[in-house]
Amino acid sequence: MGTVVVDVMPKQEILDPQGQAVVGALRRLGQSRFSDVRQGKRFTLQVEGEVTEEVLAAAREAAETLLSNPVIEDVVSVRELVEGEVASS
Amino acid sequence: MSGPTAYQVDHVERAAQTPDTTQPWAELGLKEDEYARIREILGRRPTSAELAMYSVMWSEHCSYKSSKVHLRQFGEKTTAAMREHLLVGIGENAGVVDIGHGWAVTFKIESHNHPSYIEPYQGAATGVGGIVRDIMSMGARPLAVMDPLRFGALDHPDTARVLPGVVAGVGGYGNCLGLPNIGGEIAFDPCYQGNPLVNALCVGAMRVEDIHLASASGTGNLVVLFGAKTGGDGIGGVSVLASETFDSTGPTKRPAVQVGDPFAEKVLIECCLDLYAAGVVAGIQDLGGAGLSCATSELASNGDGGMRVHLDRVPLRDSSLSPEEILMSESQERMMAIVEPARLEEFMAVARRWDVEATVLGEVTDGSHLEIFWGEELIVDVPPRSVAHDGPVYHRPLGRPAYLDALQADTTAGLPRPATEGLGRTLLDVLASPNVCDPAWVTRQYDRYVRGNTAQAMPDDAGVVRVDEETGQGVAVATDCNGRFAQLDPYAGAQLALAEAYRNVAVSGARPLAVSDCLNFGSPEDPGVMWQFAEAVTGLADGCAQLGVPVTGGNVSFYNQTGDTPIHPTPVVAVLGAMDDVSRRNRSGWQDEGLTLLLLGTTADELDGSVWAQVAHGHLGGRPPRVDLAAEQRLATVMVEATARGLVAAAHDLSEGGLAVALAEGVLRHDVGATVSLAGLRSRDGVDSFTALFSESGARALVAVPDPDVAAFEALCEEHSQPVLRLGTTDGTSMHVEDTFELGASTLREAHTGVIEAALARDVTPRHAATGRATGEGRRASGS
Repeated sequence: MGTVVVDVMPKQEILDPQGQAVVGALRRLGQSRFSDVRQGKRFTLQVEGEVTEEVLAAAREAAETLLSNPVIEDVVSVRELVEGEVASS
Repeated sequence: MSGPTAYQVDHVERAAQTPDTTQPWAELGLKEDEYARIREILGRRPTSAELAMYSVMWSEHCSYKSSKVHLRQFGEKTTAAMREHLLVGIGENAGVVDIGHGWAVTFKIESHNHPSYIEPYQGAATGVGGIVRDIMSMGARPLAVMDPLRFGALDHPDTARVLPGVVAGVGGYGNCLGLPNIGGEIAFDPCYQGNPLVNALCVGAMRVEDIHLASASGTGNLVVLFGAKTGGDGIGGVSVLASETFDSTGPTKRPAVQVGDPFAEKVLIECCLDLYAAGVVAGIQDLGGAGLSCATSELASNGDGGMRVHLDRVPLRDSSLSPEEILMSESQERMMAIVEPARLEEFMAVARRWDVEATVLGEVTDGSHLEIFWGEELIVDVPPRSVAHDGPVYHRPLGRPAYLDALQADTTAGLPRPATEGLGRTLLDVLASPNVCDPAWVTRQYDRYVRGNTAQAMPDDAGVVRVDEETGQGVAVATDCNGRFAQLDPYAGAQLALAEAYRNVAVSGARPLAVSDCLNFGSPEDPGVMWQFAEAVTGLADGCAQLGVPVTGGNVSFYNQTGDTPIHPTPVVAVLGAMDDVSRRNRSGWQDEGLTLLLLGTTADELDGSVWAQVAHGHLGGRPPRVDLAAEQRLATVMVEATARGLVAAAHDLSEGGLAVALAEGVLRHDVGATVSLAGLRSRDGVDSFTALFSESGARALVAVPDPDVAAFEALCEEHSQPVLRLGTTDGTSMHVEDTFELGASTLREAHTGVIEAALARDVTPRHAATGRATGEGRRASGS
């Protein structure tokens, strides 16, 4: 069984209110070394069998059409889960 | 924070030395003669920053260049008597109306159509955010919002993408702000398929002495930018300039959409109100379309001197932004204030308390120019009026569309009408149609009662909010437009929109006082559309003059088309009314049995453009119902007085679907039935049962009056020559039209509810399936 990881981030120029809230909270907690925070989202897609090029291509299509909103978000990576990495809890 | 960076900035001196530099004025949407005029005003070529400012401020959206010559009528046809309650009229961020007892109310409606098609959630959300800032900038606390929405066919797959996103965006932003959404409209028509209309209204209140204006006066006063940082939002168009001035080191494509942060706006509201209370604001302007270009040039041109601004002081979210981009950025949740130097420390203390970033950008000067610096370089040096107010004025060609004669000749007279035994079925079909069905799927997503001052919201005729918590004094607002009527006759259609909103406010018991309008039309370059626009504006201005309610502001949205086909002319009219005690407002449905049901107004055979014609025959043609503003005024007078005297138990205006729908909605509101007879109506008005039930004649209302008050109510009608007829009584749990049909409330409800959710459940498409198509059309960001 293989797993594909898709990472989606808000476009660089777009306001990220969640990230702003987090950076504000960090400052209030005394963590002032972090000057900015941007918050994205990660999807893990499981497949029966190996993660082939074909599977990755299908995952890229899913990422562009459903998992991200191309108007305000970028798909920053679509890749196979590496061994030892945790897919989900 | 970024200082001036190394790349070559185009400054005034350089512009003077290099007159022959080729500039991308056409890519920025300027016409050749407009560019020539800018050169003439400046006596040299503009710098790229100046070009950016002029291009955005002279766009259709900001300059009203196609509509100005027509909109003048609103001012010209406003009489001194109409100005009696007007504290601030057209031209400021929003109009302000005196509602008595020291209270001033401000309201305005605007469009956010095109962004909402590209990105439904954020487009609709930032539409709410923008109109709320307009209201804040007048010195008011925002009280409530409303959203008239129009989409393509309910069963079209793309509607399943746009509708839920828009509704969630309106709800998401408004709910997070803690503002009740007290009404609006939802309508479906294929003409809006590729171009939904997302209009947003906000109403706010303040004490009369707290009104603030957008002007920068007093030499030495400081220009303070406060709120969110500036990022690359909504500046897709200027990237041509950015790539000119620095060699594509920054992001090449800026997004055309903005993302808002309602929590930042909520903080900004409270911060502004504290600043007003501290008396430290000499002038204020919100940042909306055209961002800093608009705020600086408008503040300066409304003031008595010039202004100097240091653009490199603007706090940035993205340090790669060029000066041109900073000037055009439409980042949300920002405001600009003019502050006396002696009050700056107090200003900053308030801002700090709310954790709002505030930066002094410059000062008011005794000169006459707006000067903007980037580091040491002077990059903008312009007469501010030439940017903000003296833009181009077009007298666009207009012509009555050739198709109109045939459309008006194609009346409903030849369409088969149901026999008496089919009228019940017809009613159920009409109740289940997208434009009449229960909009609860939409309105349930909005917080309607937060802040505890909402006296009435959807599904009642008008939204009513309390302004004074001690006395119960408040306002009622309704928005209306039937685009089908406006397509048949834009002059009459605009007046019918006005009449319906006016009637809704009056029927809920408030005195109509003022109008705001959101004029949604196709391309002004199409003479047929321009003719529709001119007709609608004239109709509205004439109608307002006759009703004695002034237009206080609003906006124009052109370039609304699906492919090459313009939308129906959609002049959405918002009417604001005042009432001394909101607890007296009239609900649209009756709660008790044994009330007498009275019909006010007369009914004629007016079914062209009606919901029945649409539902039964898919037909649009003929002439809209006759406009009778004197009758509307009479009806309003009677309703306001009867409400004040406590004679009314419930009242509902008659509009789409006529008497049949009004009765059904009255029954459904509280599950109390009605038994009525059409015999009196048939003989008095000379109509058949079908016409009596489904005609959409104007100036009518259904009123439920307690038995002991019927004589007094009828006497009041007689005093004002208001036609009134006893229809029947409230009883049981069904809608019973004698000798015609009887339908139980549960049967009515089954038809009326669940229509929108059922349609949306049918189709699951990715949220942004149409994105590529939408942006690929080269839609004008300025046309919203």
